Amino acid sequence: MKNHVWRPLFVVIGLVVFIFLVRMWYVPDDFGSQERGYTFGFHRLSNEQEWKEFPAKYKDSRYCAECHDEKSESLAESAHAMIPCENCHGPALQHPDNPELLAIDRSRELCIRCHSALYMPSSGRKDIPGIDPEEHNVGDMCSDCHNPHNPSLEDM
Amino acid sequence: MKRRDFLKSTAVFVSGASVSLSALEIFEPGELLAAVPELRWGFLIDTYKCVGCGFCVKGCKIENDIPIEANVTRTWVERYVVMKDGEVLADSPKGALNGFTDKRIDQNSAGMKQIDDDEIAQAFFVPKLCNHCEVPACVQVCPVGATYQAADGVVLVDRTWCIGCGYCIMACPYGVRFFHPVEKVADKCTFCYHRISNGKTTACVQACPFGARQIGNLRDPNDPVAKTVLNQRVGVLRDEYGTKPQAFYIGLSKEVR
Repeated sequence: MKNHVWRPLFVVIGLVVFIFLVRMWYVPDDFGSQERGYTFGFHRLSNEQEWKEFPAKYKDSRYCAECHDEKSESLAESAHAMIPCENCHGPALQHPDNPELLAIDRSRELCIRCHSALYMPSSGRKDIPGIDPEEHNVGDMCSDCHNPHNPSLEDM
Repeated sequence: MKRRDFLKSTAVFVSGASVSLSALEIFEPGELLAAVPELRWGFLIDTYKCVGCGFCVKGCKIENDIPIEANVTRTWVERYVVMKDGEVLADSPKGALNGFTDKRIDQNSAGMKQIDDDEIAQAFFVPKLCNHCEVPACVQVCPVGATYQAADGVVLVDRTWCIGCGYCIMACPYGVRFFHPVEKVADKCTFCYHRISNGKTTACVQACPFGARQIGNLRDPNDPVAKTVLNQRVGVLRDEYGTKPQAFYIGLSKEVR
């Protein structure tokens, strides 16, 4: 073949080799078809481990009970027993080291998540006592009258 | 050729040809086991128990570093109100991040709709999250292999590999994927992979005071979620898409989209 055919051909071959070299360097070793096959499992395997190491922020109520056993025992006897501590007190994170104190959410918005009266006949909402937040002691905090750890009105 | 030889070779040929090629295939035991792994995460939602408090949404956003006020969320709760005249109203203000506190129903551009309690036939809440489908459409469309399904069924996104093209966001029939405003990649529910892989439950399951959400191993016959899915009447969302969703609902009705 003549020179004018070979020269561009060399350029193309060089490009292909270059692309393969870049690919070898750029694509991680563990990238490829994994357990779920080419269609669903084509990925970098070490990413699964990366997701497993994502830091968790919420502990759970048993963690709180290790120190605050009095609080959790009294809560366990109340109508609010099923509410996890961290729903109102925020995620424990590394408490008590960091943060030293957890913020307590005393806002009306927190309580009316469940206790705003809605007519929901085919849901569990119908079994929860509710108020109209625009009429019921507007401006006051719920915890001024109701103890969140023991919300029973008889004990008020 | 003698007649005896002819019959003999005919018999050999016919019996040989009747054995199909697939019968001669040698099975790899590993391959067979991989088809039915011992762990397959699945989700169970009891819509009767959900009260629309939205603690799951708040817990998920904090746990997974999803900007609280950004209009994106990995899980959300929808309210369905079926009127006595058959009209169906649905809303999900801020994905129920702050729960449902208003009787009025958000109709987007049409404003807040006031309805009379007497006109309501049925009203209930439906929590939504990624279904971690057995045939995930979002994974099939990814052009770079950034999103994938792990062997235990969880669909994840490799944040270092995602190019943010948005194909998966368009492909998901359930609209559970979104563009993460901080990470600048496609994002979705991971079933709290960092929690379930380390012996904890997901943030949303833990935050739910009413037990409306449960996660479990569908391959374990003693798992409460697997038991319910196998023995009770459960439904899935948008079955007609053929994605084989693995989030099962108790008390699903035809109004739920």
